[in-house]
Amino acid sequence: MNGGQDLGGKHGLGPINPEANEPVFHGEWEERVFALTVAMGFCGEWNIDAARFARENRDPADYIKASYYHVWLYGLLALLRERELLLDGELESGVAQETRPAKNQPKAEEVLSKLKLGGSCLRETSGVPEFSVGDKITAKNISPKTHTRLPAYTRGKTGIVSAVNGCFVFPDSNAQFYGEDPKYCYSVRFEGNELWGPDAEPNSCVYLDMWEPYLDRA
Amino acid sequence: MSHDHSHEEGSALSDTALRVKALESLLVEKGYVDPAALDQLIDIYENKVGPRNGAAVIARAWVDPEFKVRLLEDATNCIKEFGFEGRQGEHMEVKENTPQIHNMVVCTLCSCYPWPVLGLPPVWYKAAPYRSRAVSEPRAVLGEFGVKLGDDVEVRVWDSTAELRYLILPMRPENTEDLSEEELALLVSRDSMIGTGIALTEAPS
Repeated sequence: MNGGQDLGGKHGLGPINPEANEPVFHGEWEERVFALTVAMGFCGEWNIDAARFARENRDPADYIKASYYHVWLYGLLALLRERELLLDGELESGVAQETRPAKNQPKAEEVLSKLKLGGSCLRETSGVPEFSVGDKITAKNISPKTHTRLPAYTRGKTGIVSAVNGCFVFPDSNAQFYGEDPKYCYSVRFEGNELWGPDAEPNSCVYLDMWEPYLDRA
Repeated sequence: MSHDHSHEEGSALSDTALRVKALESLLVEKGYVDPAALDQLIDIYENKVGPRNGAAVIARAWVDPEFKVRLLEDATNCIKEFGFEGRQGEHMEVKENTPQIHNMVVCTLCSCYPWPVLGLPPVWYKAAPYRSRAVSEPRAVLGEFGVKLGDDVEVRVWDSTAELRYLILPMRPENTEDLSEEELALLVSRDSMIGTGIALTEAPS
C-alpha cells in the first residue's frame, strides 16, 4: 500500500538524532509490547507479512508520528481483533470474554529454541528464474492497496540484477493469507541518478531485494 | 533509562503503559501467552543478544582471511558457527567496506535488522528520518554520524526489502596488527556494522 511506511526518499522528516548510550527499551511498556508481539507471533495465527501489513494499514500521518513500539502495539491489536482473539470492549473493560484457543501457545522453555530456529522464508525453487545477473530490469509501476515490498521510489525505475537469491515466500500474497506463492527474489542495483535524477548525491546507488513479479525486462 | 524520547508525550506514555498492562493481563488470562515466556524474550534481547555478537564475527574476519572469504560467500552458515542464528538472521549477507566502496544498511519499509548479530535496532534506525533519507542522501546521513567520504568512494545502500539481512564488514583500523581477536572485537561498533560508522581506533573505556 502507498502508506506512511513507504518512506524512502521522503523529505522534511528532520535529522537522524541518534541517542547516545541508548537502552534496548525505553520503559517497561516497550518491553512488554515487544515480547507480546513476538510471543503472539509464535502462535501461528498470522505470518510476518500479515503483521507488517497490520502495522502499516492506517492513516499515514499517524504512522509517521508514532514511535515504533506504538506502531507494533497498533499492529498487534489489529491482528488480535481481526482473528477474534480480542473482542470489542475487552481492552476497555479489562474483562476477558470467552474466545477460542490460539493455535499454539509456546512455553517459556521453548522460547530460545524457537528463536534459534527462526522462520526461513526460503522455499524449494520452482521453475527457472526469469532473470540472470547482469540483466537490465524495470520495476513495475503498480499501486496495490494491500501489502507489497516494492517501494514507491523504485517504481518505473531501471536497474541491473546483481544476484539471484532463490525462491522466497511472496509477501503480497502471504500478507492476504492467499498462500506463500514463492517467487524468485533478486538483488537489484539502481544508480542514484536513476532514482533521484539530478538531485542525487554523486557516486551512490541502492540495492534492493525484489521479487520476480515486481520486475519487467528493460 | 529515559522515558522522554522525542516521539513521546508524558500523558500518552502513561495511557499506553496502562493499555499494555491491560492487554497483557487479558492475553495471559486467555492462555495465549505465558508471562514467563515474555520475561525470557525480554531478557534475551536486553541482556544476551546484541552487537557484541556481530563484533566477534567481524574480528574473526579481520584476523582470518580464509574465514573472511567464506563469510562473504556464505554468511548465514559462517555466523551460525558462532551460535548466532535464527529469527531475523535466517538469510544473512555480509558486505565488505573498502577504500573504494562504502556499504550501509536501511529498511525503508519497516525496521528489518539482523537480530542475531546486532540485537534489536536503535530508535533512529526505525524512525522516519533515517528510513526516508538513507536511500536518497546517504552521504548527508553519514555526515550526521561523523563519517565523511570523498566523491571517489562509491556509496552502496542496501534497502532490506525482503528477508535477507545485511551486516557490514567495516575496514580494520590501521596500526592494529598487535591486537588479539578479542581486543579487535572491542573496536567494532554497532554503527560500523550498520555502515553508519567506521571501526573505532581505540577500545571504548
